[in-house]
Amino acid sequence: MSIILDHVNYIYEKDTPLERKALDDISLVIPDGQFIGIIGHTGSGKSTLMQHLNGLIRATSGSIYFNGEDIYDRDYDRKKLRSRVGLVFQYPEHQLFEIDVFRDVCFGPKNLGLDRREVELRAYDALRRVGLPDELFYQSPFELSGGQKRRVAIAGVLAMKPEVLILDEPTAGLDPRGRTEILEQIKKLQRETGMTVLLVSHSMEDVAEYVDRILVMNQGRILYDDAPKAVFRHYRELEEVGLAAPQAAYIMHDLRERGLPVNTDAITVEEAAEEIARAVRAAGGLPGMTGQRI
Amino acid sequence: MLRDITLGQYYQTESCIHRLDPRVKLGGTILFVLSLFFFRNALGYVAAVLFLGIVIRLSHVPFRYMVRGMKGILLLLLLTVVFNLFLTPGTPIVTVWRIRITWEGAALALTMAVRLTLLIIGSSVMTLTTTPNHLTDGMERLLGPLRIFKVPVHEVAMMMSIALRFIPILLEETDKIMKAQIARGADFESGNLLKKAKALVPLLVPLFVSAFRRANDLALAMESRCYRGGEGRTKMKPLIYQRRDYAAYLCLFLYLAVSISLGRRTLSLPL
Repeated sequence: MSIILDHVNYIYEKDTPLERKALDDISLVIPDGQFIGIIGHTGSGKSTLMQHLNGLIRATSGSIYFNGEDIYDRDYDRKKLRSRVGLVFQYPEHQLFEIDVFRDVCFGPKNLGLDRREVELRAYDALRRVGLPDELFYQSPFELSGGQKRRVAIAGVLAMKPEVLILDEPTAGLDPRGRTEILEQIKKLQRETGMTVLLVSHSMEDVAEYVDRILVMNQGRILYDDAPKAVFRHYRELEEVGLAAPQAAYIMHDLRERGLPVNTDAITVEEAAEEIARAVRAAGGLPGMTGQRI
Repeated sequence: MLRDITLGQYYQTESCIHRLDPRVKLGGTILFVLSLFFFRNALGYVAAVLFLGIVIRLSHVPFRYMVRGMKGILLLLLLTVVFNLFLTPGTPIVTVWRIRITWEGAALALTMAVRLTLLIIGSSVMTLTTTPNHLTDGMERLLGPLRIFKVPVHEVAMMMSIALRFIPILLEETDKIMKAQIARGADFESGNLLKKAKALVPLLVPLFVSAFRRANDLALAMESRCYRGGEGRTKMKPLIYQRRDYAAYLCLFLYLAVSISLGRRTLSLPL
């Protein structure tokens, strides 16, 4: 059970003056249960790639296999594919339309042709999973706060019980607290259900803390595909394509250059703090500050 | 899919048509469209096609790009042709059961199709080569005299420019929402008419909400810049006619003179 992309190309606005290559020879294996972060600049092709995975965009050339079946096969049920690969678009709250939250979340499962009981059970379960308080279930989605709306929209996709969940910039436009909450919830969801999660983001900080694997996209190509620590070792190259490693990585490299023997693989603030404390303790104080206690 | 509509969109490139004063292009388009209704024979249309062809060539906008924008109006065009073809009385060519095609009908259908196509392409040349801002600037100046009759010319021009500016934004938005709902299992294609209309609710509600949100944001942004309409408002780049604009006017009147004198002549040919 996995998604395999085999030499996928996509040309945007083919045969017009605006023609450009959005995806350039992408080959990729996404095994089950992985939490993958996809980072890249605006226009690097990350959103386009995501829309290929559930068949919304058809590749100009190349093949995509979902659980071993070619999704471009003539008799492949692409509608079914869309329920198995759930895609949460950027600013998903803009797609809300029902008169109350609960009905909106029911929209997805209802389209799958399930009976009412199952639809409502799924909607309820999805809303609980995104941590929306019960008293908001029967409010108009338009009266909720930005963060709450976004949870409802994510629940709308979760209610379809996808095997793969793709989130396109789920934290865009949220305040720091809303960001952490949403990301924590996604991580918890991934742990509990064993779902494959693809998180598109341009914030390294977001991605570094949560994912098992990072894909860095640049100009329609995959630049790096590795564990976070390994990817952030290329922080200079990342800068060249307009991305940056998490700030912790910079501090660690700086400290090392100035003589504190830290391990530069720390990428989250917690890891960095621990590592600095360890290195300082091992060195018996900060260099140049001998004798002072920390 | 929806982005294919090029009508009313600006095509960025460098050409002498792009550089013309918007008043020339506006006036030219209006005169060109009017001229199409004066012709009585095919010669006038030949002149119009030639003229338009030269202008398109000069504008550096690929013809294919222009034609793609016609797709949306194809239905209208087809309807016009069908109605004219079958419902015009006259000398019959073919009669099948109660359906009859007449010489007059065929001629009228052809004329209408040519006229509509020229009309649409002609006006899309203007919008493709003129930014919405320029266009409304030109319109404001051309309609300026109406201010004597208390017509809020500036406000109308402003509304026009906002409307034009919003076309591509809303198209993009529609595309996005459509995709998002398809990802949630929505089906916009199958089913009967009623089912299709119902399927549009998840598309239209978010679209309206977003249009209102954008309108609200825009109004706020304008207000915070102290916008209060046209009264006493000056321009940073006022429109001034250049030499090339006079030359363009000259070409335009030459075209009008030639095409109308050709087109008004009564020939023995039908059309």
